[in-house]
Amino acid sequence: MTFSSAPVKNIVRKYGIVIVLILMIIFLSIIQPAFLSATNIFNVLTQSCIFGIMALGMTFVIISKGIDLSVGSVLAFAGVVSASFGQVTEATEKYFPGMPVFPVVVPVIIALAIGAGCGFINGWLIAKTKIPAFIATLGMLTVARGFALIYTSGRPVSSLIPSLTALGGKIFNLIPVPVIIFFIMIIISHILLNKTRFGKNTYAIGSNITAAEVSGVHVSKYLILIYTYCGLLAGLAAIVFAGRVGSVHPGAADGYELTAIASTTIGGTSHSGGIGTIGGAFVGALVLAVLRNGFTLLGVNAYWQKVAEGVIIVVAVIIDMRKNAKRD
Amino acid sequence: MNGEYLLEMKNIVKLFPGVQALKGVDLQVRYGEIHALMGENGAGKSTLMKCIAGIYRPSSGDIIFDGAVQGPYNPSEALKKGISMIHQELTPVLYRPIMENLWLGREPLNRFGLVNHKKMYELTKEVLKDIELEEDPLTLMANLTVAKIQMVEIAKAVSYNSKLIIMDEPTSALAEKEIKQLFSIMRKLKSQGKSIIFISHKLDEIYEITDQVTVYRDGIYIGSEKTAELKIDKLINMMVGRDVKEMFPKIPCPIGDIKLEVKNLSNRKFFKNVSFTVRRGEILGIAGLVGAGRSEVIETIFGMRSHTSGEIAIDGKQVEIKGPADAIQNGMAWLTEDRRRSGLFPMLTVQLNIAIATIPRFLNQFGLIRESQLNRVCEDYVKKIQVKTPNLAQHVENLSGGNQQKVLVARWLMTNPEILFLDEPTRGIDIGTKSEIHRLISTLAGEGKSVIMVSSELPEIMGMSDRIMIMHQGRVTGIIENTRDLTQEELMAYATNTVEAYKKSKGEKL
Repeated sequence: MTFSSAPVKNIVRKYGIVIVLILMIIFLSIIQPAFLSATNIFNVLTQSCIFGIMALGMTFVIISKGIDLSVGSVLAFAGVVSASFGQVTEATEKYFPGMPVFPVVVPVIIALAIGAGCGFINGWLIAKTKIPAFIATLGMLTVARGFALIYTSGRPVSSLIPSLTALGGKIFNLIPVPVIIFFIMIIISHILLNKTRFGKNTYAIGSNITAAEVSGVHVSKYLILIYTYCGLLAGLAAIVFAGRVGSVHPGAADGYELTAIASTTIGGTSHSGGIGTIGGAFVGALVLAVLRNGFTLLGVNAYWQKVAEGVIIVVAVIIDMRKNAKRD
Repeated sequence: MNGEYLLEMKNIVKLFPGVQALKGVDLQVRYGEIHALMGENGAGKSTLMKCIAGIYRPSSGDIIFDGAVQGPYNPSEALKKGISMIHQELTPVLYRPIMENLWLGREPLNRFGLVNHKKMYELTKEVLKDIELEEDPLTLMANLTVAKIQMVEIAKAVSYNSKLIIMDEPTSALAEKEIKQLFSIMRKLKSQGKSIIFISHKLDEIYEITDQVTVYRDGIYIGSEKTAELKIDKLINMMVGRDVKEMFPKIPCPIGDIKLEVKNLSNRKFFKNVSFTVRRGEILGIAGLVGAGRSEVIETIFGMRSHTSGEIAIDGKQVEIKGPADAIQNGMAWLTEDRRRSGLFPMLTVQLNIAIATIPRFLNQFGLIRESQLNRVCEDYVKKIQVKTPNLAQHVENLSGGNQQKVLVARWLMTNPEILFLDEPTRGIDIGTKSEIHRLISTLAGEGKSVIMVSSELPEIMGMSDRIMIMHQGRVTGIIENTRDLTQEELMAYATNTVEAYKKSKGEKL
């Protein structure tokens, strides 16, 4: 090992995925200068918002050595219910005659409550019945989707009030509101993960659940909190979704859980628990969004996106495993 | 037959990085003999067994088996030579039937190369009959008791037509009746001319079943005697040998009021009617052999296991402890014997490893951690107990075993406990750190804390404790003052529940 190469190696190891992101950005901006326009940058950020917000909660879950497969369905369920309380009068007349138009805070609270509620049930099942997170959340994936379909009889909920769609719009005609929400949640999640007991216990549970228990950590309580937070963010993502799209279909966000898991994973959060950062999840979400945006700008067949995403996920994890390999 | 011995091992050396586990040991096993290997933990028995079974390759030395000098071989070659090993930890394929476990990897095939289940069934039936195990070959392993799973392992050895069967503590998980059955099978195998190497910590079993005893200590061959001609006190003396009581001086300190009182504590599986008291400033040592239930007792008091009956009182007040969090609330701390399993967060920082049990004390009014204060306090503890780490951000997995142990000690000291449970506090730690930890334990007792220390190292127990509680198979066989004239032999006699015999043989000599 030489003096010059060791630090370089370490930097590549530590910030590997950030370097990949920067290279992608440089490559795209050379080939297609339009990539670096403010509009396009906000486009990329907006594209990453919905699964990015879910990836933040997913980071907590995966650090605790769990998984949450239900967030996509929970988004749809929370989205359709909340949107149904945020429709213009003409639309509600058909189903709920005489229902007043609520202020936007009502659908927002409903979405957050449904998201958190589903997360709570996930966490409770995992903590109390000890079934694997994969199973508990797989169940919720199907159940929440079913409720979304039952609630809407399979029809989309549209004609949303302007104050709700404003949450998907822009302020000053430039900065998209979803991006602002995303950034606020990044900061809050980062603080939660690094500066609070909740965050430290999340790491401890994922790193060694027995040691956490005997060190006085109330493992069940924190597992429930972790999944509740993840569900809450899925509820928030539902609001952003409703605002951006202007309607919520009961089949919405199908497969988003996998994009959220992919973002988190690409960002270096380890599925063996105890390792991961919010910054990583953000970068991971950006990598996927830039990739999608780049393919569109370059006019490459959209189906190749899928292939490229899959390859990136696997490569990112291989790099990550190598990073951690010397430990054993 | 080729001569008297089935197995001869000469001058076997086994080196591990940094450790010489076997320092040139011998072993001679006759045809048709049940041969006991004895020695304390770390004596080298397991390493030697693994060399015989082909799991380890000796660094030097000769193995002569059935008259032929052996080159290097692996476990499956060992099986073909006729050497089987029955491990202490059995690992059956639980949800497959007995017969598939028995013929795993060498299933009888039909002419199409598919598994011949009918033939497998018949063959299994024969073997099971041979060792008198009345089970259908189609029974799932998961439905068998530990004893029967062990029998299946023995059946496997028989089916390989093994000449030598190594049994590593086969009785540790068995009930009295099952042990009798095992012994009867062992006698039967012996009568068929097979040899058995038998490892057990239970002296009564050694005397009941074995013909010859070979003793090791610290990787050295001590001696081999006919079991029938070997007195218990001589055997114990061969095993423990040295007297190093002076290595672990406990600083004398005033002993105060009763701090912890445990009355008739019982657990469903591991121990019964355990009662003891510990005073302020006192160190209570808990001695006993592996499996005596020592760790389980302190884990139960600490709330990690449930108890079926019994009471725990602190300062004379009865307490209800539902989990470790309650125990910590009540001023208890518990240092694990297994750092990897229940102590460390390997990939997390030294800081979080130290602070995990005390984070609530460092929160500001917004629930955020006061990082600088937390760092300062952790820093203090790192200095105080001399944890060698470049900084607090270091991942704890990168520290040496001794320093990892110190990190755990720091974690518990930060909770400012009144009662400390230490389970094998110096296991797997270098000598230097060991004495540091001993000094620290002494200091803690000097500060008026109550210490309950489980240790398998008699010198450690005898050097550190004010009083010693000894356990044997889940029961307390004695609680004795640690006086000058207490000997390791006497402690061992308590631990093997042979006090009567020991005192008698001692008396005869005097």
